[in-house]
Amino acid sequence: MLYREAGDYKTTYAKDNQTFPIKFDRVAYYVLLLVAFCVVPFFINDYWANAVLVPFLIYVIATLGLNILIGYCGQLSLGTGGFMAVGAFASYKLMTAFPEVSIIIHILIAGGITALVGMLFGLPSLRIKGFYLAVATLAAQFFLVWLFNRVPWFYNYSASGQISAPERTVLGVNVTGPNVDAWAQYMVCLVFVVVCAWLARNLTRGNLGRSWMAIRDMDIAAEIIGVNPLKAKLTAFAVSSFFIGIAGALLFTVYLGAAEVGEAFGISKSFLVLFMVIIGGLGSIFGSFAGAAFMVLVPVFLKNFLVGGMGWPTDVAAHFQFVIVGGLIVAFLILEPHGLAALWRVTKEKLRLWPFPH
Amino acid sequence: MSAGFYYGVEVFLNGLMAGVMYSLVALGFVLIFKASGIFNYAQGVMALFAAMTLVGIQNGQVPFAHLINAVFGLHVTHFGWHVPALLAILLSVGVMIVFAFIVERYVLKHLVNQEPIILFMATIGLAYFMEGFGDLMWGSEIKTLNVGIPQGGNTWVEESTAFLGGDDFYGFYLDSLDIVASIVAIVLVASLVLFSQYTKTGRALRAVADDHQAALSVGISLRTIWVIVWSIAGFVALVAGIMWGSKSGVQFSLSLIALKALPVLMLGGFTSIPGAIVGGLIIGVGEKMFEFLIGAPFLGGATENWFAYVLALLFLVFRPQGLFGEKIIERV
Repeated sequence: MLYREAGDYKTTYAKDNQTFPIKFDRVAYYVLLLVAFCVVPFFINDYWANAVLVPFLIYVIATLGLNILIGYCGQLSLGTGGFMAVGAFASYKLMTAFPEVSIIIHILIAGGITALVGMLFGLPSLRIKGFYLAVATLAAQFFLVWLFNRVPWFYNYSASGQISAPERTVLGVNVTGPNVDAWAQYMVCLVFVVVCAWLARNLTRGNLGRSWMAIRDMDIAAEIIGVNPLKAKLTAFAVSSFFIGIAGALLFTVYLGAAEVGEAFGISKSFLVLFMVIIGGLGSIFGSFAGAAFMVLVPVFLKNFLVGGMGWPTDVAAHFQFVIVGGLIVAFLILEPHGLAALWRVTKEKLRLWPFPH
Repeated sequence: MSAGFYYGVEVFLNGLMAGVMYSLVALGFVLIFKASGIFNYAQGVMALFAAMTLVGIQNGQVPFAHLINAVFGLHVTHFGWHVPALLAILLSVGVMIVFAFIVERYVLKHLVNQEPIILFMATIGLAYFMEGFGDLMWGSEIKTLNVGIPQGGNTWVEESTAFLGGDDFYGFYLDSLDIVASIVAIVLVASLVLFSQYTKTGRALRAVADDHQAALSVGISLRTIWVIVWSIAGFVALVAGIMWGSKSGVQFSLSLIALKALPVLMLGGFTSIPGAIVGGLIIGVGEKMFEFLIGAPFLGGATENWFAYVLALLFLVFRPQGLFGEKIIERV
């Protein structure tokens, strides 16, 4: 009954183009932001931050990035883990080299460095397409992980080959290192997520986003109507890698604290983010949130249910989790290839007419 | 001739052998891609699953033992019998055929006419599913696979080549298993080529590969063809699984050879069986020689992890369709 656009008159072009055309959505969005910023930090505890909220927020950024590349520009990439590693190692080198500069700036620069690396590995996309490109991005994945493993300069010659984040503060509050509070971790990630989502939403509906989608739908036709494929593809790689680099930097500095490159940024991370994009919905900002939430929550839920509830051994539960996740992906692709975002869209369409279906 | 040169030749030969192993996996990809246009990421996991099934049947393991024990509180592990290798292989082939039926019935049938990228991602999901399913069914510990293939250095090759070098050269070291694998690969490729050229089913397979709709219109059942192709791919996966499993044990890393097969395919082209073989040999020799000549002395080793991909990447920039692939023609 509340979910109506009737009576909500749009008198300016800006209002006509707004992200949430229905008043109920707008209000819900602001309430959600308010809760996320003003309520959650006071109630968050270590378990919720570490198991659910912080990984969720970080993966949202990575998923947004990959979704721009795959969902909006149609370039399949399996190099996400490698690009996240670039972000993590760039932030590590910056943090240790310039301790007096704020970590926020380091994370942003790390994103920028990842964008450059992403553009470099995106260059072949001008010649090769589809699966071929996917395999080409695998080159990025394996080469980057090998590089960070073998060149001691990247991990500051530490004996274990691990990198660990030194303690840094934002506005006098610890955000990295061992003595960090759950709410501080959460707030840093939340700010980045909100800014990134805002950025992604506005990029994808602007000039740039339209040229990406034109390339995705048919690149030759797009070229004929005047979209520059070089510019569109490379900007997609750059923006996507920028987001993924920020996610990698946050994952290492704020969430993990210490990381070993092959373990934290291996090929399985690439697939994890890819699954988030697929399950959430290709080419949808909301889908990136939904997909990340889904893939973070399912293992937590299964673990609690199977190990905690039914008393299964953890290894059997872990195998079962693979079966469930794999099965869900196949089921999603069969039943709803456009992911959770499409389900959400259908629900909203139904809600707009409810309870009078005509 | 110096010993270093002979050592280089030995690395080259071992690269060829490794290449044969890659080709075995790549073959399965090509078969499915030709027949259904699906890029089957699950091929590597199929090899793992087939090898696990073979070991499980051979040792008389109880399927889903861990799950049964967890749910019912029992302690069953083995039936207590040992199945001879040949019978176990036949049973495993049966399992892979059943698997092909299930995949066709519950996955492929529903995904007809979807974009290739959706199908590719579906096979990634399938790979995850099978990985968990295989572990649930047979347990995730590393297993040794023994179907009677000789292993270790081949003394005959070593002795008969020892005269080539000086006193410090003892002949080429080649693993017997690799030699057997090469022979098996040659037989496999020959029989696949004969099958697709001279049998009725083979002709139908080629017709489907050529044009789905035209094949349908002359009365070829796509669904039957898909089951056949996935069964053959399952069989190839079993062969690859046996070879790799005998070499390094049946374990999770077996499924990662699928990723190694990708650059092989890119070099050879996705649609060419000879391409898969030649691509495999180039990758195998290339990565071993690169590691020997440049990687180990100058770059700190372990370049085998990425060399194949970078080679394929560079190669594709100049020839996007691969060595033997069909020319890519694009229309608006």
